[in-house]
Amino acid sequence: MADAPRIGVYVCHCGANISATVDVAAVAADAESLPNVVAARHYTYMCSDAGLALVQADIRELGLNRVVVAACSPHLHEPTFRRALASAGLNPHLLQMANIREQDAWIHTDRESATRKACDLVRAAVHRVALHTPLDIRKAAVRPDVLVIGGGIAGMHAALTVANAGKHVYLVEREFSIGGQMARYDKTFPTLDCSLCIQAPKMTAVRTHENITLWTGSEVEEVYGHVGDYRARIRRRARYVDENLCVGCLQCVDACCYDGDLIPDAFNMGLSGRKPIYLPFAHAVPTVVAVDPGSCLNFTRGGCDRPCTDVCGRDALDFDQTPWVEEIEVGSIVVATGFEPFDARKATEYGYGIYPNVYTSMEVERLINASGPTAGEVILRDGTRPQAIGVIYCVGSRDERYNPWCSRVCCMTALKLSHLLCERTGAEVYNFYIDMRAAGKGQEEFYQRVLNDGVQFVRGKVAEVCDWALDPSEEGKLVIRVEDTMTGYVRRVPVDMVVLTVGMSPRSDSDELRRTLNVGCSGDGFYRERHAKLAPVGTLTDGIFIAGCCQGPKDISDSVSQAGSAAAEAIALSVKGSYDLDPITARVVAESCSGCRVCMPLCPFGAIGYAEPGGKCEINAALCTGCGACVAGCPSGAIRQGMFDDAQVFAELSGLLLGAGSGSSGSASGRVPPAVSLQPSAEATGSALR
Amino acid sequence: MRRDARDKLSEDAGPVPVQSRPAIRRELKLQREADGAWLGKFADLPGCERIASCTQCGACSAACPLSIYMDVTPRRLMALVRSGFRSEALKSRSIWLCTSCYACVAACPQKISVADLMFALKREAIETRVYPKRFAVPVLSDEFMNMVRTRGRSSDFWLAARMTLRSSPAALFGMAAIGWRLWRAGRLRLSMEGIHLLAEFQRASLARKDAA
Amino acid sequence: MTGSSAPANGTKPKQYSYYPGCAIKGTGIAYEESLLEVYRLLGVAWQELTDWSCCGAQAYMTVDAGQSCMLSARNLRIAYQSGSHDIVAPCSACYLALRKCKDYVERYPRMREVVGDFMPASDLQAIANVRVRHALDMLYVDIGPSAFRARATRPWPGGKVACYYGCQAVRPYSEVDRDGNPMRMDELLEAVGVPVAQWPLKTKCCGSSHTGTLHEVGVRMGYLLLKEAVRRGAEAVITICPLCQFNLDVYQKDMTRSTGESFDIPILFLPQALGWALGADHRALGLHRGISGAETLRRWFAGPREGASDG
Repeated sequence: MADAPRIGVYVCHCGANISATVDVAAVAADAESLPNVVAARHYTYMCSDAGLALVQADIRELGLNRVVVAACSPHLHEPTFRRALASAGLNPHLLQMANIREQDAWIHTDRESATRKACDLVRAAVHRVALHTPLDIRKAAVRPDVLVIGGGIAGMHAALTVANAGKHVYLVEREFSIGGQMARYDKTFPTLDCSLCIQAPKMTAVRTHENITLWTGSEVEEVYGHVGDYRARIRRRARYVDENLCVGCLQCVDACCYDGDLIPDAFNMGLSGRKPIYLPFAHAVPTVVAVDPGSCLNFTRGGCDRPCTDVCGRDALDFDQTPWVEEIEVGSIVVATGFEPFDARKATEYGYGIYPNVYTSMEVERLINASGPTAGEVILRDGTRPQAIGVIYCVGSRDERYNPWCSRVCCMTALKLSHLLCERTGAEVYNFYIDMRAAGKGQEEFYQRVLNDGVQFVRGKVAEVCDWALDPSEEGKLVIRVEDTMTGYVRRVPVDMVVLTVGMSPRSDSDELRRTLNVGCSGDGFYRERHAKLAPVGTLTDGIFIAGCCQGPKDISDSVSQAGSAAAEAIALSVKGSYDLDPITARVVAESCSGCRVCMPLCPFGAIGYAEPGGKCEINAALCTGCGACVAGCPSGAIRQGMFDDAQVFAELSGLLLGAGSGSSGSASGRVPPAVSLQPSAEATGSALR
Repeated sequence: MRRDARDKLSEDAGPVPVQSRPAIRRELKLQREADGAWLGKFADLPGCERIASCTQCGACSAACPLSIYMDVTPRRLMALVRSGFRSEALKSRSIWLCTSCYACVAACPQKISVADLMFALKREAIETRVYPKRFAVPVLSDEFMNMVRTRGRSSDFWLAARMTLRSSPAALFGMAAIGWRLWRAGRLRLSMEGIHLLAEFQRASLARKDAA
Repeated sequence: MTGSSAPANGTKPKQYSYYPGCAIKGTGIAYEESLLEVYRLLGVAWQELTDWSCCGAQAYMTVDAGQSCMLSARNLRIAYQSGSHDIVAPCSACYLALRKCKDYVERYPRMREVVGDFMPASDLQAIANVRVRHALDMLYVDIGPSAFRARATRPWPGGKVACYYGCQAVRPYSEVDRDGNPMRMDELLEAVGVPVAQWPLKTKCCGSSHTGTLHEVGVRMGYLLLKEAVRRGAEAVITICPLCQFNLDVYQKDMTRSTGESFDIPILFLPQALGWALGADHRALGLHRGISGAETLRRWFAGPREGASDG
């Protein structure tokens, strides 16, 4: 290192986020006494313009050449401070952050020990940053194409937005039609416009858009690479019908010689049956039938007369079709895999699955839908029409026994269904709610409208639904037992039909895709955004964005907004065409490499190659993610990693340990005891870990 | 509930008749009547640590088979506890109606052990001696505990006899018929064990203190 | 008291600690008689807890939580010291008291401290190793419906029964069976050919703790149960708790008096029905001890006239 380190330390109050628990002045005072520290300051908001100006002024006036910022997680503001360094003429990698917010102030309550911990973290950073070297940011090309996973309303909107910007999109949908959950809904709150009417044009647009490659019946099997250069393997299931030939005339369905019980129609939530050859639903896109090999006689009995093939004028049936894999290369990925309705069977107290006239809200969406199993007539499973209906809110939501979160849409869904059921059946409709949550444009107004519909509202969580008649008026009815918390009475309300407004759960297989994509999830199982407020569609993996209910419960409007935002992020990457590679990648020091190739199988990203002529390994910086597996694994210590040199890591550790046992370095009288330094000598740097 | 008992705990609490007929009552709660520190007492009581999470949904009251007999439903009791209306909660008949069938616990979406709160309230009501004196439930508990403390086990026969004597002696005659039938079926046991548990508890406790 | 019979293959069978509890030694004696008879027929080894004390039930908990917990801790310790670490409590109130004590001592430092005044820390740790089993749990899990089906020798002579699980066996710990529509008792009985009626009140409180104090309230709760059981076609109710059995059996005349509806149906214990299927003698099962439904019992089991007493 040419010039001696001149370090500035900047301790952030983060409003009161840090300073409420950590004595920031003491931390700054302690830092002042550390080796090479020229200035140590504390300030309310280090990330503000004024805070950054403070750092930049010191760089210029005091000739700082290293900076330590003790503030929040580097995930949040490391880029901010790096930019500040760069604009003050300092290499951005001469910065080290000490996370005294998430890893200190927010998780401790004892001020004295939290302050001590902050001093330790700052000392570690000071020791480390002294050994930082300038690193060059390299640029990598971004592939212009985008992969969108999930063809529900969020996925479709994201795909169309990207495609409209002139970029190519691969839209992958697991089902044989796009449309997602929204395709099931009858009308949408609060405007009561028909769900299909507003969604169908989007579905058609997706199918016909010149920039969209639509693959239904397909799943993402494997993803590798990094931002700008993702490679994905897409597994396409056999539908036994040539998508390019079938026009959805349905003659094959009529002709099918299947004679068994009809198979429960998943789209209609099992309220109707279908044949082994079927169209996913009436307005499916693509309008192409599919064959279910689990029930088709051609598969289950090893052959039939195949009347379907005979009637097909376009020769579209292809029973020899096998699944195949498509490999694509994209610059970014938008994940919009949606949610799963809460399984009402888990809430045994409501008798779903026991009493036939207990329905979930998803089933009722189909039941009242003009294209549903009863053509919109509310006819119950036992063939009767309801005179009284009970709508139960928060089933599987806001409940520590099932899902603790509020699913956000259920209040409005329940109000909408109450309104529609009231309108279509003339039945007495009772709503049983805990708290009415009608935030959002037009939603409180809709609540007011339903309040005036003549619908009854009872505030109380239903304890049980039961067919036990306590009174002759309850004979043959389902009885809802609830405390009407407004009147203070415990009530029994007999009804003919119960609607369970089920909440939103993460998809049961969301963990699988999460691992494939290397994105995180929060405690509830929904995918985790990079930052709850400031990066709501990003993930901690660059170039992978999330939209819609896979990130958390939300309504259609919010899903579409989020999808647009995710698309904008993808477009931004695509348009820019290049991406700054964080120079934390590993490199092989050729002189030390013995060519043993131990590192190669260690690399999860296939970034290491072997050059025959020289007999040395080489790392492709564009594929390297800087995970460090090869660095630790190399028996010759021949692999180095930017920002993670052994010397830097050891300096950080020794800085941290210097304070151990000193007990009260929270005071301003901090000093560096002449402790044993863990720091390896410059020559031994490469092999100190082994 | 008798009014004299009610007014002992807090003179300003409770309804004040302003006019004898028709019964119009003035009911206004001043904040000073609330015991702000009371809720904290339950925080480290087994099963009661989640009381603050109550959303007043009423699932407990709806699940409770006895709520229809209560002056204050379990949900309202929970609210009284949270707001610190101590005497109102302790004097309510509701806590003595609880049979600890745990239906409320199974129904609670916040996993609050309402039944354990009931036990805690009963204990405090007994400790502070605010319960209806001739109400049979606390009498039963008291008799039961004394029997177990001195004999080690309980006897249905002696328990029923002693309790009835204390709470409603006249009912003794009604019980004789049932007793006779049980006796004939070989289901009444008149002998009692002699394990002196209270002494055992005290001995153990003293021994530990000595050791320490 | 102990019971065992050497199994044919010579291996030492698992031995259970049997914790009868107060009610079973008195009004619920038929529960003990029939359970132990079933154990004898199946070769289940058991030994009664020596010097056991009352579980405290809810009445003790009402006055003193710490001492109430000590009572159960004391019983758990006896089980641990006996070497038979599965403690079988046929009474639901006893089962819950033991289970709750274990739970509280494990989870709550304050409770550990209180009970720690009564026994040394090593004993407190030891009781964590004792498994608290309700008789139904033991019969269903350790023996199982198929074993009962295989051993059943006698057809059920009676009509449909309703299985009544009561409250404290399934709540708040759903280890004996689930709280929502439990089925284990139903399955055991169906396995030995007893027809069961399905009804929604399997786990509703029977009101037992009020029949002695708030009589009308307690009796009405029992009445609602029996009325619905009869409405669903049941001719008898099968219970797994001596308090439930007592409440439903003894107060049927009071129900009739207060509602004008006539009730006279037998209330049996689960092992009485199971034991009958295994071929046990009706007296050995205590089938002569019922107060209500004597006529039905005589018709089904051809027992002696009501009132025969062995005192």
